[in-house]
Amino acid sequence: MARHIVASTSEIPRGGNKVVDVAGRDIVVFHVNGEFFALLNRCPHEGAPLEKAACVARLTSPEPGIYQRSRVGEMLRCPWHGWEFDMRNGQSWFDPKRVKIRSYPVAVERGEELQKGPYVAETFPVHVEDSYVIVEV
Amino acid sequence: MSEVIDRPLREDDKPAATRLRIVDCDVHPSLRSTDDLSEFLPKRWQQHLKEYGSHLRTPYLFTTPYPRSSPLIARRDAWPPTGGPPGSDLAFMQKQHLDPLDVEFGILQVLDLFIFSQQNLEFGAAIQRAINDWQLAFWSHRDPRLKASILVGQDGVDLAIAEIERCAKIGEYVQINVSPRANEPLGRRRYWPIYERAQELGLPLGIHVGGYGGHAPTGGGWPSYYVEEHQSNAHTIAAQLASLVIEGVPERFPKLKFVFIEGGFGWIPSAVWRMDQHFERFRSEVPHLKRKPSEYVREHFWFTTQPIDEPDEARHLRSLIEWVGIDRLLFSSDYPHWDFDDPRFAFKTPLTDAERKKIFSTNARAVYKF
Ligand code: FES
Repeated sequence: MARHIVASTSEIPRGGNKVVDVAGRDIVVFHVNGEFFALLNRCPHEGAPLEKAACVARLTSPEPGIYQRSRVGEMLRCPWHGWEFDMRNGQSWFDPKRVKIRSYPVAVERGEELQKGPYVAETFPVHVEDSYVIVEV
Repeated sequence: MSEVIDRPLREDDKPAATRLRIVDCDVHPSLRSTDDLSEFLPKRWQQHLKEYGSHLRTPYLFTTPYPRSSPLIARRDAWPPTGGPPGSDLAFMQKQHLDPLDVEFGILQVLDLFIFSQQNLEFGAAIQRAINDWQLAFWSHRDPRLKASILVGQDGVDLAIAEIERCAKIGEYVQINVSPRANEPLGRRRYWPIYERAQELGLPLGIHVGGYGGHAPTGGGWPSYYVEEHQSNAHTIAAQLASLVIEGVPERFPKLKFVFIEGGFGWIPSAVWRMDQHFERFRSEVPHLKRKPSEYVREHFWFTTQPIDEPDEARHLRSLIEWVGIDRLLFSSDYPHWDFDDPRFAFKTPLTDAERKKIFSTNARAVYKF
């Protein structure tokens, strides 16, 4: 697994995403409430581009007529048939064991730290004062 | 451990020149706005559209049909970057759908302005006329892959016939579309003049699910939820299949072809088994039927594939396809709607090359003659 600098944190606004090509893979990085998640940009059902997915809340209902929203913005709703996935691990909401989107570990690091490490060699220009999103593939 | 589906893109998932060119029997173009119709709609009806709009038979106050599941029932990625609703920008449709999926022919299905559900028949006919002209001017003439249908409202039979004659003279349309939710079941005699003319002209009748009739879409009444209503598309057209067959339409018009669009096909075996079984018992009630219902279905009806059923076990889909008949199925994507089927992934069961060729291309080419 190699670590790749894919964006500066300021590049991806809250609720937004950025599509990156990492080692030939089409990966989409989402920014949700200060956290970043990286997933293969492709729905496991029929292949829809997940960059167009809606970031929604988890909606549950203990009984008819009562609705609860939680984890606002952390669920991904596919732009085509609306299957829902958990952004943290790519698991689908309706069949978590069988259907999932491939997800990748993400870290956020200060430019300062990165300049000390081996990552300066990346083509991405790294500034000491910024923070960067790193995806491991 | 159970198998996890996180399929990466395989080489053969990518469209390439060597891959099968497909016929997509359900592509939805949209008006950018009703201004698109201004050159085709007489002033009198433009005025009417502005002042009165649609008069439908929906039973609830303020039940607009949209959004259902997503705004304009569309894929979230299908909104053209130039603005306007999904399906309204030809260049974007080419780039997102026709070119990458290698669509050789796409058959247009227009749903705008609740075209089949208008209760004011004169207004309905004026809109249908305008939309029929708009399909050629805005779509087929700009991209010859796209084929237009003659849309008519069958409850005004004389108006429908006049429009069929007008369009048949132009000669560019590949089918006649009627509503699956008319005032009466489709097999009723009042609609026969349309069928007679369609047979003479050699044009198939397209029946695309949806629309707002005054009848509940299920025999049990009005559904509460969209998910329930979506389900009812299958009941509605199953009822229409029974009506057409049992009223004797194919018996009376032996060359007529029907294409049921967007109703899927999972419901067909049981509907047809039941018709056959009842036919054996109640033959004397319907002496005008000379053959078993299944025989009429196998000769006169075709079904587009979307929304495809997705049983847990692929072999169940396989038996369905075999039972309905590889020859009866026509691929459709329903682009740009939310329940779109991608031809590369929709069939989650193996098909041989010959079978693919039939479903994705040659069946439709034979029905529509191109
Ligand atoms: S392609 Fe994502 S839900 Fe169907």
